[in-house]
Amino acid sequence: MPDLTKLYQAILNGDHKTAAAVAREALDAGMGASEILNGYMVPAMSEVGRRFECEDYFVPELLLSARAMKAAIELLRPLLAAQGATPAGRVVIGTVKGDLHDIGKNIVAAMLEGGGFEVIDLGADVAPAMFVDAVKERNAQLVCLSALLTVTMPSMKTTIEALREAGVRNRVKVMVGGAPVTKDFAGQIGADGYGENAAVAVELARKLVSVPV
Amino acid sequence: MTSKERVLAAIGHRQPDRVPMDFGSTTVSGMHVSAVSALRDYYGLPRHPVKVFEPFQMLGLIEEDLKQALGVDVNGVYRRNTMFGVPITDWKPWRTHQGLEVLVPGGFNTTTDTNGDTLVYPEGDLTAPPSARMPRDGYFFDTIIRQEPIVEKKLNVEDNLEEFRELTGDEVASMKADAEVAVRDGRAVLAALGGTAFGDIALVPAPFMKHPKGIRDITEWYMSTTSRRDYIHEIFSRQCDIALANLAKLHAACGGMIDILYVCGTDFGTQTGTFCSVKTLRDLWLPYYRRVNDWVHSHTAWKTFKHSCGSVDRFIPSFIEAGFDILNPVQCSAANMDPTHLKEAYGERIAFWGGGVDTQKTLPFGTPEEVRREVVERCRVFSRGGGFVFNAIHNVQARTPVENIVAMIEGVREFNGAAHA
Repeated sequence: MPDLTKLYQAILNGDHKTAAAVAREALDAGMGASEILNGYMVPAMSEVGRRFECEDYFVPELLLSARAMKAAIELLRPLLAAQGATPAGRVVIGTVKGDLHDIGKNIVAAMLEGGGFEVIDLGADVAPAMFVDAVKERNAQLVCLSALLTVTMPSMKTTIEALREAGVRNRVKVMVGGAPVTKDFAGQIGADGYGENAAVAVELARKLVSVPV
Repeated sequence: MTSKERVLAAIGHRQPDRVPMDFGSTTVSGMHVSAVSALRDYYGLPRHPVKVFEPFQMLGLIEEDLKQALGVDVNGVYRRNTMFGVPITDWKPWRTHQGLEVLVPGGFNTTTDTNGDTLVYPEGDLTAPPSARMPRDGYFFDTIIRQEPIVEKKLNVEDNLEEFRELTGDEVASMKADAEVAVRDGRAVLAALGGTAFGDIALVPAPFMKHPKGIRDITEWYMSTTSRRDYIHEIFSRQCDIALANLAKLHAACGGMIDILYVCGTDFGTQTGTFCSVKTLRDLWLPYYRRVNDWVHSHTAWKTFKHSCGSVDRFIPSFIEAGFDILNPVQCSAANMDPTHLKEAYGERIAFWGGGVDTQKTLPFGTPEEVRREVVERCRVFSRGGGFVFNAIHNVQARTPVENIVAMIEGVREFNGAAHA
């Protein structure tokens, strides 16, 4: 049986090749995808988040760990789907209409995925109708909106209004984030939460969909 | 005091006769073309399409009549080419997505995709892959990443150095001609030579090049500062050699005309912290910053200008140690960037160029009275004993109400009037 602490360490160290190799080895040895994910990868990303919060890790380390986690999760994903594994929650995420900046959004998406969430990433410059469609079609519980520009912050409000008009606002929690976004602004536009960074976003997402933290 | 004397006093930490002001001398202290156009209308200046001298951020040229109306104390000497690699000349009409008629450099060539987005082409070459996109109804461009697959063993530092080369005689002559114009009217002169920014993430994807090679993806670059540090060191080291050679050429051509050198716009701060640790800053950047600053200070009378957005409080001692004289944009809206703290902790050792008003919240979304109050307060805190040039925190963004921009200017005037009444 492979030593899965190596997977945990590879994610912490941002070593994507080792992360994928150990995950492959574990699957080949007959381990369950959920066990690998929840037993080793989620704790590793949780530790990455903790290190980021206490400023032991910074953006480059976060990106390296996220890449390692994604390299391993790519191998698990088909098996998780086939097993009907229940994710921590289903999240639709995107950068709002008019805004092409996606690095912060990508980090949050990776951290959520590493936190055991199923993430439907709609990309950047996403129209409100696309968020509405994704919520309906994928039965998401959480919508995460990102903006970097002051000129695109109003698109967050427009998106929340579109969710309301489509009659799905009550089905989902909405989180917002991005450099110019504040907790006050989140309250003003009727969002359910504001995450000031990716680690906080994961904790907040867990609270909003009532997953034990 | 002349404008130049006022700016030199301020950045020399002596009390000037009033707070000097910059708008438009750099690509990080200007205004969106729509703001410039609205201000021209507000002040009743002749109506004509405003020149977009920096089309990546759609910054409008602040011409002499508007400089006088605003009370600007600094002239800029810009790089010869735009972010899309074409000379800032041969103006031609262009219309923004909001219908504003502007002028753009002749080589600024665009197409519209099926989504209605505007695509722009490096060196104006419509046969090359586009290098930036402005979303339909958008206000700014964003880089299109053109990253060739990375094969670790084939990574070659030369590929990331392609844009760094010694200035030609023509380029030096062009900057000299611009400096001669800039120096005429008694304002301070701030020059951006280009090539002295180490790892500026806006420049890494090289939107000015047709086929950039090496590490050009933003995420890959950030990761490389940790995972391929030797490679990045080698780029910076070689880039620094070239930059010093160019600084010598610039100094020989127009040394006495320039007061301030824009060195580097690499952003180290996020809204809540820094992109890397102090240790990484000191290992990866400080040696090269020190070489540039040491050369400037030992060969010229120029002051050096460092731009970094975000929460960089903990980096400021290292910036000072590296020899920087000026910090911009002083993002007081980020964590741990309280104006009083910054002034008390560092105000005698580095001059603040910016911090005048929050462009994320107060300026675009506040009332004119809120803008005025914040501006007066920032002037009060930052201007004591000099060490302050008024500027908003980074460029004035699109959709900022013109009444608020005017309130900002009036706030500075009010402070200057009250301080010297």
